[in-house]
Amino acid sequence: MFGSHISHGDETLLEKLKHLAWGQVFLICLFAGIGFTALYSAAGGHFDPWASAQMTRFLGALIMLVVLALIDLKWVFRSVWILYGMSLVLLLLVDIFGHVGMGAQRWLDLGIIKIQPSELAKITTLMALARYFHAKDIIEIRKIKNLIFPSLIIGLPVYLVVKQPDLGTGISIMLAGLSVLLAAGLPMWIFIAGVVLAVISIPVIWPFLHDYQKDRVTVFFNPESEPLGAGFHIIQSKIALGSGGVSGKGFLQGTQSHLNFLPEKHTDFIFTLWGEEWGFLGGVVLLGLASLIILYGYWMSFQCKHHFGRILTFGLTMNFSIYIMVNIGMVMGLLPVVGIPLALMSYGGTAMLMVMAAFGLMQCCLVHRDARLPRS
Amino acid sequence: MDRDQEKIDFFSRRSFVIGGLQALGMSALVGRLAWLQLVEGEKYRTLAENNRINVRILPPSRGQIVDRFGVPLATNLQNFQVLVTPEQTEDVEETLENLQKILPLSDRIVQRVLKKLKQNPSYVPIEIRGNLEWEDVAEIELNMPHLPGISVQAGELRSYPYKDSTAHIIGYVGRVSEADQLKDPLLALPGFLVGKTAIEKKYDLELRGKAGKAEMEVNVHGRPVRELSRTAAQSGQRLVLSIDAEYQRFVQQRLATERSASAVVMDVHTGEVYACASHPSFDPNAFSGGISVADWEQMRDDPAQPLNNKAVGGQYPPGSTFKIVTALAGLESGFIDPNWTVFCPGHYDLGNMRFHCWKSGGHGTVNLNGALAHSCDTYFYKLSTMIGIDRIADMARTLGLGDVYGFDLGEERGGLIPDIKWKRKVKKDVWHQGETLNAAIGQGDDLSTPLQLATMLSRVVNGGYKVAPWLVARDGDKMDLTASSALRNGTPKPFSVSLGGSDIELGIDPKHLRAVMDGLEAVCRQGGTAYASRIVEENMEMGGKTGTSQVKRISKAERATGVRRQEDLPWHLRHHALFVGYAPTQAPRYACCVLVDHGAGGSTAAAPIAHDIMLEIQKRDPKAKPPS
Repeated sequence: MFGSHISHGDETLLEKLKHLAWGQVFLICLFAGIGFTALYSAAGGHFDPWASAQMTRFLGALIMLVVLALIDLKWVFRSVWILYGMSLVLLLLVDIFGHVGMGAQRWLDLGIIKIQPSELAKITTLMALARYFHAKDIIEIRKIKNLIFPSLIIGLPVYLVVKQPDLGTGISIMLAGLSVLLAAGLPMWIFIAGVVLAVISIPVIWPFLHDYQKDRVTVFFNPESEPLGAGFHIIQSKIALGSGGVSGKGFLQGTQSHLNFLPEKHTDFIFTLWGEEWGFLGGVVLLGLASLIILYGYWMSFQCKHHFGRILTFGLTMNFSIYIMVNIGMVMGLLPVVGIPLALMSYGGTAMLMVMAAFGLMQCCLVHRDARLPRS
Repeated sequence: MDRDQEKIDFFSRRSFVIGGLQALGMSALVGRLAWLQLVEGEKYRTLAENNRINVRILPPSRGQIVDRFGVPLATNLQNFQVLVTPEQTEDVEETLENLQKILPLSDRIVQRVLKKLKQNPSYVPIEIRGNLEWEDVAEIELNMPHLPGISVQAGELRSYPYKDSTAHIIGYVGRVSEADQLKDPLLALPGFLVGKTAIEKKYDLELRGKAGKAEMEVNVHGRPVRELSRTAAQSGQRLVLSIDAEYQRFVQQRLATERSASAVVMDVHTGEVYACASHPSFDPNAFSGGISVADWEQMRDDPAQPLNNKAVGGQYPPGSTFKIVTALAGLESGFIDPNWTVFCPGHYDLGNMRFHCWKSGGHGTVNLNGALAHSCDTYFYKLSTMIGIDRIADMARTLGLGDVYGFDLGEERGGLIPDIKWKRKVKKDVWHQGETLNAAIGQGDDLSTPLQLATMLSRVVNGGYKVAPWLVARDGDKMDLTASSALRNGTPKPFSVSLGGSDIELGIDPKHLRAVMDGLEAVCRQGGTAYASRIVEENMEMGGKTGTSQVKRISKAERATGVRRQEDLPWHLRHHALFVGYAPTQAPRYACCVLVDHGAGGSTAAAPIAHDIMLEIQKRDPKAKPPS
């Protein structure tokens, strides 16, 4: 009954390839290229240990992106709940068997590879939301009792991720989820009430945070209180960025980065390294590229004829945007240091893979923009 | 389908709202970036530079101290230290164990290293041991492959080749006190040494030199990555002393026949000090490496004061050597002439008080010459009652007693010349005439240092010029040893330190000086108090004056129990023995003061030493030798 409604299922692979938003793929490659440059510099002008590994991963992830784009969207649509369920199970497994790294249980050692289920959960949560709102019509969406289920969709993975504890990823899942709720039909007053509630709940959550998380928040409001302790990272990051000036200190010339004053320069603080060496101009170019990729996401979202694609593409775009804004805001001292990597640039396998998978899914939605997906 | 369209429209509207928020967020990021990089860029650039650059102080080499002929008195030895850099070895303890097979290390050393290991960052080398023998260094270098993290470094160690002979002049160096370390970063360098006594202390700033600096680029751990610039350190100034090192050693060794003694030998014209010795002494080299508390306490508590330079810091009643002053005061005041005589019955009565002459039988009738030659107390008792204490005190000050010269050793003391004013001001009492009698023979409150007594005699025998002693040759206010014509050709030329060459004549009638010198020559002739110690060598004859300064009068009770002679008293109660001398008599060049603490008698204890050292200096004649 449903199959007959799908009109583009019989396109050839070559035809599908033509429908990819190659412009976005190009921008993604540029963005990742900046990342390679920064990683090359972070290693003191060497491809090892970071740039070369990152380039290999990116190449693999790029192929995966294209493959994902070509997969029939209805398969994706049908397996949403299975994937969502799987990621919840993996998060639970991490809780039980997880590998402890950096004071937090985030990794699941599968023998061959270690994966971070929280990264997977980012995508599956958005998929589940898209699937849910796809099936509801506008009247249903606006009923408050119908908000309980999407709240659970977001709440379960957020709870499990924060418990690991990975506050950064938890917050980004929540923000991406909330933006989808907002876009899909959440009454504005509920959203505002939610924000107020969140602010009120801070004192309630506070005692459950890890010491290092508390430190980060305290230090955010007054980094100079602990110039050699927890405030060190943010102070040194601001010094590195600020000393870059208009045009930066030049490629491989960042003193803060190369003399190790800058912590985590190849992961969370890679934007700082870029900003120190390439200055304000380099920073603006990077932010401009990110904005273009996000704008592309909006465009792709609007191209979709079906609500599943629209919502999913929008959500994944929001996901990317949150990555970028929270990370850069954090290294510039605008937001507390919460440990969110810079998408596509920070060194790291799972994050890179999942960001590219997200782009692959967006492309898939675009390629299958006319797909007829069942209502329920 | 309408409902679907409604859903799409709703979504589109909301997306635009969210997109707007995102645009705001992006603008905030760009604005923040502009604030940091464009507005506050300069501030952060400074901070980044401060992060990056670490200035390392390069210690200067301490200046050498040499004698008048360039013989080193204080110099720097290469001090090989073995160090371990923890980050270069996997197991510091194992490395130390391996090192121990070649180089003996005490448990204390091992514990100290392991303690430092916990305190310091791992890239900071820890000194294991200093003062390595050359053989040890070779052995360590040979085994370097088996000793990861071990390195040998050449530092500097202060060395004093003349050891105890020059200890009281040169002094020694030691670690900087913690309070001083805050004053100058150079002083805070580990192992930096500063002068603690004598020349090393007084001229510490000159000897210290100027620190260099190396600007290092450092990483976040402070470890140097590369050197950006370097200013070399400037070695400290080389100090040339007026001392003749070999002669100094001779004097020091000659004094060693006594338990405690000191001596100064100086040039009567220029004030150069050829020797300045105080026995017992100590080996300053032991202080460079640190001295044990027990050794230190023993030296500190020794009544013979091995740590003090008694020649410049010891204050003694000058005894009969002071009679030179009283005699000149009498002649200058016009109350007497050299032929004036006094009959000495062995005592002098002032009112109902009786003052004894040292010779209980009396000297009979004596004139000035006889009074000096035999050191007749009665003559000077009588004279002092005629001229009064203030004339005596004035003459004493004119001749350089009771004052400091700004000598090159901080240990210099001023002594005391009492007079009526002093008595009123300090003692809040009136002057009694009996005190005048005591002061006239150098007893009572009179106090002088051997350096002052040698200076006093120099001023008498150089024709009445205001000479002052000095040790360190420098341009400007003091004479440069190499440039001075006085030194090069030995011309007797008066030289003043304190007044820089002006107003150097004391204004004493040369006839009076001559009359006193005749008396001093008579001291070393038949019947004089120092006849036994006369110099018989031709053209080297000595004149001088003995002195015995009372520490304690032998009481009637002691006399009753058989204590008649000084030798019967405990050492610390015996009289001090003094002798001031000059030579050669026909053209005075050298003056000395010898003081034997509790030596009992000037003629028996001090004069023989003076004989030896005055003969020796004339034989060596450092004045005649060109400085090299």
